[in-house]
Amino acid sequence: MRMKRIYVDEKWCLGCHLCEYNCAFSNSAETDMVKALKDVPINPRIRIEEAGNIHFAVSCRHCEEPLCMKGCIMGALSVEDGVIMIDQEKCVGCCTCILMCPYGAIMPSDTGVMQKCELCINNAGGKPACVEGCPNRAIVFEER
Amino acid sequence: MAINFLYPDYEVVRDQTKCIACRVCERQCANGVHMLDETLNLMKSDDAKCVNCHRCVSLCPTRALKIVKTDHTFKENANWTGETIKEVYRQAATGGVLLSSMGNPKPYPVYWDKLLINASQVTNPSIDPLREPMETRVYLGKKPGAIQRDQNGEIICNLTPQLELDVPVMFSAMSYGSISYNAHESLARAARALNTLYNTGEGGLHEDFYEYSANTIVQVASGRFGVHKDYLNAGAAIEIKMGQGAKPGIGGHLPGQKIVGDVSRTRMIPEGSDAISPAPHHDIYSIEDLRQLVYSLKEATDYQKPVIVKIAAVHNVAAIASGVARSGADIIAIDGFRGGTGAAPTRIRDNVGIPIELALASVDQRLRDEGIRNNVSIVVGGSIRNSADVVKAVALGADAVYIATGALLALGCHLCRSCQAGKCNWGIATQEPELVKRLNPDIGSERLVNLIHAWQHEIKEMMGGMGINSIEALKGNRLMLRGIGLNEKELGILGVKYAGE
Amino acid sequence: MMQPREGQVRIPSGCAISGMFSRNGKRVDGNSIIRSISMMHDRSNGLGGGFAGYGIYPEYKDYYAFHIFYDNKAAKLACEEFLEEHFDIINLSKIPTRKHPRITDEPLIWRYFVTPLHTKLKESQLDEKEFVVRSVIKINTQLHGAYVFSSGKNMGVFKAVGFPEDVGEFYRLEEYHGYCWTAHGRYPTNTPGWWGGAHPFAMLDNSIVHNGEISSYDANRRYIEMFGYKCTLLTDTEVITYMIDYLGRRQGLSHEEIANVIAAPFWSTIEQMPPEKRAKFTYLRNAFSSLLITGPFSILLGFEGGMMALNDRLKLRSMVAAEKDDMVYVASEECAIRVIEPEPDRIWAPSGGEPVIVTLNETGQAESAKESA
Repeated sequence: MRMKRIYVDEKWCLGCHLCEYNCAFSNSAETDMVKALKDVPINPRIRIEEAGNIHFAVSCRHCEEPLCMKGCIMGALSVEDGVIMIDQEKCVGCCTCILMCPYGAIMPSDTGVMQKCELCINNAGGKPACVEGCPNRAIVFEER
Repeated sequence: MAINFLYPDYEVVRDQTKCIACRVCERQCANGVHMLDETLNLMKSDDAKCVNCHRCVSLCPTRALKIVKTDHTFKENANWTGETIKEVYRQAATGGVLLSSMGNPKPYPVYWDKLLINASQVTNPSIDPLREPMETRVYLGKKPGAIQRDQNGEIICNLTPQLELDVPVMFSAMSYGSISYNAHESLARAARALNTLYNTGEGGLHEDFYEYSANTIVQVASGRFGVHKDYLNAGAAIEIKMGQGAKPGIGGHLPGQKIVGDVSRTRMIPEGSDAISPAPHHDIYSIEDLRQLVYSLKEATDYQKPVIVKIAAVHNVAAIASGVARSGADIIAIDGFRGGTGAAPTRIRDNVGIPIELALASVDQRLRDEGIRNNVSIVVGGSIRNSADVVKAVALGADAVYIATGALLALGCHLCRSCQAGKCNWGIATQEPELVKRLNPDIGSERLVNLIHAWQHEIKEMMGGMGINSIEALKGNRLMLRGIGLNEKELGILGVKYAGE
Repeated sequence: MMQPREGQVRIPSGCAISGMFSRNGKRVDGNSIIRSISMMHDRSNGLGGGFAGYGIYPEYKDYYAFHIFYDNKAAKLACEEFLEEHFDIINLSKIPTRKHPRITDEPLIWRYFVTPLHTKLKESQLDEKEFVVRSVIKINTQLHGAYVFSSGKNMGVFKAVGFPEDVGEFYRLEEYHGYCWTAHGRYPTNTPGWWGGAHPFAMLDNSIVHNGEISSYDANRRYIEMFGYKCTLLTDTEVITYMIDYLGRRQGLSHEEIANVIAAPFWSTIEQMPPEKRAKFTYLRNAFSSLLITGPFSILLGFEGGMMALNDRLKLRSMVAAEKDDMVYVASEECAIRVIEPEPDRIWAPSGGEPVIVTLNETGQAESAKESA
């Protein structure tokens, strides 16, 4: 379906990793970034992949035919208005979705169940924090 | 090892209670100021490498960083200031000419700040730009001396080529090489969106940017880098650069390390070779030679392009401008001594030339006294900092202004004045691909357009206040200015009355 | 301390203007125009009034009529010496006036009918009008205490410090007959107290009365001074007169084209014009950009055989026009027309920037060619 998605343009990604920190902060329950992230190893839902001078950010693409959902044994993954959401209450941490996802966009959370990008719909950000915080417009949120 | 006489000018202050060690500062500093001490999990800084460009400060997500001027000091001395002493140390260590970049930072008078703008009260109405048309369009070029008519009595359009600008602000010359591809793209796109022009500087025109030709001024300077017939015809106008405000009387030098890839191709010189522009044009040793170059360029472009002659504001600028106005040039660009540069000898930058305000006032008056003001338009730069400066420049007699430092600031420049190092953290004055990509032209052009739109709004507000609704009625309208804190001589040169008169 | 004179300081003014024109060239005496301008008494403050009449010197219609103020006899002697050196003086006399309780401190007021000396004209390599203009500018800028305030053929300006109706009586305007009259009442915001500063302002046969304060003044002044004009009075009227003289006499623009330069349409309007018209308007605006006038004005230009009324582009000053048979009237306020023509055929407010131009018809031209009224 036509919807706004997060797209990353490698041409403009500086590899500054700010998106990771903004993601981690947005998905914390804190309102203060220092309090949320100081001396805490972050576990963001967007990750910078890099080698040499090439950098780009990877997060869930909200596929039209999501393999992760197909593979989920608990029905913890669902599509709401095109956005693939995870119900962490249902997830048992079997990691099937991790194996299914061709992009490596799902990962275990600190509690052991899975986490993934939900476009900041249900967290404090309201709109994707990685996009808002990208200094070079390398991550955009748009309909294509 | 020799003694290091120099203590860093700036100190990086990090609030460790706020730092989350995300390392964005480290990743973004091309000078290698910041590093993570993995064992302590603490970020550290080396002040000596800091150029105070604020890249780290701007990107720090928790605002844990600031840069402060060091309070380390020499014994107070009004004559031998710390700055002066350090320059001696530096030269004693290297034997070299001191290099600087961007405009003259010395505390010379800024005459813009000593001029005040008028407004209407009672005897005539101010005009509200939100309710009435308020026009900022200008045409640059020679104006016809006499009306000609055809056999039916209709007026013949005998205008020579003109430049049409929606707002009297253009982006002045900065070469591809001195600034990055992305900086050029930002300027070109903004110029097109604003219906104004940007200027290639002496570096040729990258083939990707020929599509912006209607908004491009192509420059011909003493090195003639990148000049060929297609290049001349690619621009809306051609500028002959005789001088630059930051370094009147000397040439340019783009070091070989910046002559890489496309820069080398665009300049039409081998990779890695220094691009040295001679101090004078070696085919122009006098005014009659200039006339020949002006007409050579016009011949090469079939008389379809206005020719701009850019000169630095020097002591006898009025007489020089008068000569230029009779040389066949259509536009004179005058660059004041506060104009920027990618690199200039410090002593030249800080001591040679005169302020643009005085140069403009005397040139405009001289051309009027000689009855040749119509032969040319006048464009001034170096330095125009805001819309009030634009209004004051136009009221003194300028047709339009050139901005460059202001444009670079809009692109992110923080005036750290280290362009000559080629490690611009903002992706502007650098050719390193990893740094160049930091300037996304989508953002850059948008910010330039925002800046000029904001200025345009302010210009209209000020014009409306004066009861002027077309900018041509502001041009040379010096009664709209009053001086403050100026002596008789300065008032005389500026041609303005004192506040209260 | 002495108040600064007009020319030493720039003084904004509000004003009243009125004009009347007979297309048939019918000559009427000065009473009507006095009645008209006096209706707008409150638009003046007694610090300046004046009139211009066209067709008033039919017996001398081939000679330039110089009206000159002298501060003293020495100035008169110096000026007459200059005139004798450059012109053939056909006639000279004091301009007749009557004592008036509210008109005081009058200078010496003289009138000369002159024609340039053939030898001098040839020597100067100028055309006749340019020769006259330069001579007038020379007297006004270089001969201290002498001031030529009228220099056209078969027309004359009469002005003074005072209310216009008093000025009209002072100059005995009922004794002159013209096919066109313009009048001005002035409301300056300062007290210059100099007769030369009153309006109309004239150069050759162009005379201007103006109500407004133009914001483009110094842009216009500094531009026009490139072409040999000297703005000694620092008034809007003076600079507008020179601009019109330059555009009309020197550049050969028609009155309509002059209006298109000085009150040029906005670019947004020009862009909507058909291509040929657009090209012409763009050309005129670009070529004479420094002659655009901004800020409020309503002007009445009198010229040989015609009159033009023009408002600024935004119509920031009131101006009404009316027609009755062959007569055309223009005034700041309708009342000033109704008092002399209670039942006009048509009365309207011309739009900003749209000139109202009237000229003598064939009858009128034949009339004006006659030697006496």
